[in-house]
Amino acid sequence: MDMEFSPEDLAFQQEVRTFIAENYPEELRGKQDEGEELSKEDFLAWHKVLYKKGWVAPAWPVEYGGTGWTPTQRFIFSEETARADCIRLMPFGLAMVGPVIYTFGTPEQKAYFLPRILSGEDWWCQGYSEPGAGSDLASLRTAAVPDGDDYIVNGQKTWTTMAQHADWGFFLVRTDKDAKQQEGISFLLIDMKSPGITVRPIITLGGEHEVNEVWLEDVRVPQSQRVYEENKGWTCAKFLLAHERTGIAGVAASKRGVEKVKAIARTELDGDKPLIQNAFFKRKIAELEVDLTALEFTELRSLAGPNAGRGPGPESSLLKIKGSEIQQRLTELTLEAVGHYGAPYFRGFGEGDNEHPIGPDYAHRAAPTYFNVRKTTIYGGSNEIQRNIIAKMVLGL
Amino acid sequence: MDFTYTETQDMIRDTLARFLGDTYDFETRQKFIASDEGRDPAIWTALAQELGMLGAAFSEEHGGLGGGALENAIIMEELGKVLGIEPYLPTVVIAGGALKAVGGAQADKFIPEIIAGNVIVAFAYAEPQGRYDLANLRTSAKKDGAGYVLSGHKGVVYAAPWATHLLVTARTGGGQRDRDGVSLFLIDANLPGIVRRDYPTVDGSRASEVYFENVAIPADALLGGEGEGLALIEQIVDEATVAVCAEATGVMQKLHEGTLEYTQQRKQFGVPIAKFQVLQHRMVDMFMEVEQARSMTIMGTLKLDLPANERKAAVSAAKNKVARGANFVGQNAIQTHGGIGITQELAIGHYFKRATMIEGQFGSADYHMERYEALTLAE
Repeated sequence: MDMEFSPEDLAFQQEVRTFIAENYPEELRGKQDEGEELSKEDFLAWHKVLYKKGWVAPAWPVEYGGTGWTPTQRFIFSEETARADCIRLMPFGLAMVGPVIYTFGTPEQKAYFLPRILSGEDWWCQGYSEPGAGSDLASLRTAAVPDGDDYIVNGQKTWTTMAQHADWGFFLVRTDKDAKQQEGISFLLIDMKSPGITVRPIITLGGEHEVNEVWLEDVRVPQSQRVYEENKGWTCAKFLLAHERTGIAGVAASKRGVEKVKAIARTELDGDKPLIQNAFFKRKIAELEVDLTALEFTELRSLAGPNAGRGPGPESSLLKIKGSEIQQRLTELTLEAVGHYGAPYFRGFGEGDNEHPIGPDYAHRAAPTYFNVRKTTIYGGSNEIQRNIIAKMVLGL
Repeated sequence: MDFTYTETQDMIRDTLARFLGDTYDFETRQKFIASDEGRDPAIWTALAQELGMLGAAFSEEHGGLGGGALENAIIMEELGKVLGIEPYLPTVVIAGGALKAVGGAQADKFIPEIIAGNVIVAFAYAEPQGRYDLANLRTSAKKDGAGYVLSGHKGVVYAAPWATHLLVTARTGGGQRDRDGVSLFLIDANLPGIVRRDYPTVDGSRASEVYFENVAIPADALLGGEGEGLALIEQIVDEATVAVCAEATGVMQKLHEGTLEYTQQRKQFGVPIAKFQVLQHRMVDMFMEVEQARSMTIMGTLKLDLPANERKAAVSAAKNKVARGANFVGQNAIQTHGGIGITQELAIGHYFKRATMIEGQFGSADYHMERYEALTLAE
């Protein structure tokens, strides 16, 4: 057992660093530094750079467009992109429906969708949650009824992230009303431009438009766009949930977040000293670093330990719980660090308000981000549900 | 010993609760905070003239009801329950508190105007470099003939866009962080040389950056002795701190009640989620925080008249406990609601935002724990 990088790994690390330094879109960097809202094109700008390089989907099998990297190389890549503060790629195509399609899809589905996910040509969204089906996802009621070679889909989805930009959505729908809950569900790929689909914004506490309600009214979907067998969609859903949970630990991004908080605390004053010298604040940063290290080595054990290669199991719930708690503590410390300047609010107020926000740049989004990031312990299976999973699947209770 | 309220105090609470119930429902509030003015001025006028509420904490000789800090706490708690953005805290609690402390002609002039609803005061004390240290001031007031010339920048001055007057802390002597040399001025908000940049706050109110560009102010704007204002400022900020603890109690109570109600309606896995023991225990923990916030608010309010160091320790104990409680109750109200909790649609998220901003108002939990330790655990 060792934790050193090999000379090859170190060379790879240098290669990644150089690539990012030379190719990360300048305009995107500027918008990030100013705390501006990112457009669809902004999100795709970095995606396209990575696609051109062949690095957009490191986790995929090589035959479908993956990089063939070792787990260590993948770790290095995610570390380096976070360290350089690169935006996170939208996960819905690359990390979610892509793996479902290459694992369960037909040859035709693979041939059509996978290249378009890699290139960024299609923007995907996830039609899972419903107003009455959140933690209890299997109680979903959106129904697909066969009609010739098609299904007719009716129902309502909610919390559909970035659906306002989406070309395609992957949906869980009920295809058998009489079966036991999990057994009557199918996994459909739906063209978001289909007649009968309405997307309505939900504005969250920080003023962001990230999530939507999606209404489906007599939407016609070819049965050839069903992934895997009819009524076996839950198998795809479970597979995907486990995939979603691994990325959710967010270790590399949180490390970068700790550095940002430290930088703020070195700038902010507490009396005649920088805030970082305040014993209380320093202690909280230190505790966060210790907890992040514990999370990091727990993730590394799952990446490079005896169970490596078996794919994410129920223990990934641990990574989700601890990772999301750390993300929240980071936003809490940031808000605390900026003091009075957490209060000014500059979004969604009046038309054409182009004045520069009040206070230091790092303070502008401190409170809205703190409010927004409360979502991390709710989405992807709430942390209560994750604890249920560990109790049942790991502890056998 | 008696922890019951008087009949008059009960009447104040009931009258105000009834009025706010009629005028301040969540949808109405959301409408007027989004308006150009950011508030409904008729509500302030009604509080003053129909309800007599702005006089509750002032003496009868000034036209008030003869109350004090307890009445302020009652009113702040009720405002907390409706997410009130009315400038009661800076106008009555803070400026009113300063005027009561100095007395004399200034009190006789301003207090009746406050009670009548004609004067709204914003408290311009914070500065970008100062964090929660009330003496850390770059704003200066230099003697000039009979009066002073005021220069400097005050940050995040809540209610400044609505204010007829500003209560300003400034240095008339000493170094940037000295205890001596700090003075307190009550000035007209529209004097030449006062420049504001107004903005909304994350918790639904309005505030301003206020810049003083060689503002000539009269000698009688000075409250208390020149250069000796810090003790008075600390006293009124302590009074304000327990008042926001009272507001927090109202906010936390609504967060808890809203969560109880939602979990009994929301069904998952075939039952109301309130049936799950893990959520029951969390709601019990929230309940205990609300109760303790109420206890600490009363404790702090009753100790406001003690000698300064005992008062400060009590207020810091209250604010530390309430800030931690507001954090816990707010975060868990959102978590228990799930996705709907982080939308703008439900009131619960807006209570969470106010609870969050109260955490840091007049000093974070850590700031007050440090002050408490320094006062009570010094070797």
